[in-house]
Amino acid sequence: MPVNKIVSSFDKAVADIPDGATVMIGGFGTVSSTPTMLLEALARKGVKNLTTVSNSCGFGKDVWKLLGYKFPEDIDVLVRNNCIKKAIASAPVSAVYQNNFEKKLRAGEVELEMVPQGTLAERIRAAKAGLGGIYTPVGVGTVVETGKEVKTIDGRKYVLELPIKADFAVIKAHKGDRWGNLTYRYTSRTFNGTMAGAAKVTIAEVDEIVELGELKPDEIHTPGIYVDRVVKRPAEYVEADGGEISKEAQESHDRFMERKSA
Amino acid sequence: MEEKFKLDRETMALRVAKEFQDGNYVNLGIGIPVLAANYIPAGREVIFQSENGVLGFGEITNVGEGDQDLQNAGGQTVRVQPGMSCFDHAESFTMIRGGHLDISVMGGFQVSEKGDLANYMVPERKIGTIGGAMDLAVGAKKLIVVMNHVTKDGKPRVVKQCTYPITAIESVSLLVTDIAVIEVTDKGLVLKEVAPGWTPEEVQKLTEPTLIVDPGCHDIELM
Repeated sequence: MPVNKIVSSFDKAVADIPDGATVMIGGFGTVSSTPTMLLEALARKGVKNLTTVSNSCGFGKDVWKLLGYKFPEDIDVLVRNNCIKKAIASAPVSAVYQNNFEKKLRAGEVELEMVPQGTLAERIRAAKAGLGGIYTPVGVGTVVETGKEVKTIDGRKYVLELPIKADFAVIKAHKGDRWGNLTYRYTSRTFNGTMAGAAKVTIAEVDEIVELGELKPDEIHTPGIYVDRVVKRPAEYVEADGGEISKEAQESHDRFMERKSA
Repeated sequence: MEEKFKLDRETMALRVAKEFQDGNYVNLGIGIPVLAANYIPAGREVIFQSENGVLGFGEITNVGEGDQDLQNAGGQTVRVQPGMSCFDHAESFTMIRGGHLDISVMGGFQVSEKGDLANYMVPERKIGTIGGAMDLAVGAKKLIVVMNHVTKDGKPRVVKQCTYPITAIESVSLLVTDIAVIEVTDKGLVLKEVAPGWTPEEVQKLTEPTLIVDPGCHDIELM
């Protein structure tokens, strides 16, 4: 029987993600490389007590709507719908904008394990690559090394960091085929490419599904062996719980326009 | 007496850019560091890396004009440039941590006598964000920190020991502030340049550890 990893809906794609699961979420900070539709489906399912693994913990869709992003929802949809028990992240809060995650963190409603970005990437890669851990010089002499083995190798100190294992990875790619081969556009690879295959089940949200063979062997970024499900984004985004832009988001947007960066 | 000047953000960025050598691979942090891209010395080709997975990108576009799938780490859209390459996070930090970048430039809250850097959390806020700072501070061949010399209420940011949470120990090579350029050496902090109108003694008064004044110490060259 032909291999077919294509799933017909986002709800079906996340149907077996249970309460308490550890879920890797691809992307970086800006919403453009975020699996928006998969995150919305997870929130719609009402899943609870997730441990999430991601670079950031969301800014919220208002910020992205103001900047003209077509698919504006980010991890904030899981934060504000109380789906998360613990987040493992490198940039959970913003210096210029108080996101919902920071509010919940200050209220004691979520836990946080903050990990340097490169260490986060490498701990994920370690899980994907079947390694028992990695020694990194990053974090030596800082709070990050607390409680961890520090080893001197060739005169330099390294911290032992363990793999991050997850049940599911939800990622965003540009094109996918029925074998699960994926390509990404420009800086949309981010943690998507790193997380693909690092969890027991990897689910990819793509802009376009193409025939097998259309993606040339030399241009495939993520080989299909790492991907279990592929689901296509609709052409148009329909906002589930729209409303007025929050005052905080508007203020943050105005500051962004002044500074011209996040 | 000569009039005293403090360097503004753009001028600090201009001074930082003088460190970029022909062919250097450079990562610029958010804030003043990214401005340095506008002041590359004439005749030098510098290749910029951004930790979200791009090397050799072009200039920043106006807001709303670029391709939303091509951004720098600050969320600004940038232009495609011949030679540009894109990659995932594991590859990006392999580059950063593995010592492949010549220069990393970032902002700071405090820098210690030994070159320790604190820049990810203001203690009063209790929550900070590490992001890529620890990797970038540890991994680059040369770490340049750019920051104001004192806090808003006049306290030295160049200190004997950081009181803010540390990003990386013994990592800073060069410090560019609004009144001085200081090199971190095994012997201590060497004052190399002062802002126009400032004397080394005046800079010392706003600095906690004792500075070694370089015999060639001169005004910061801004042209």
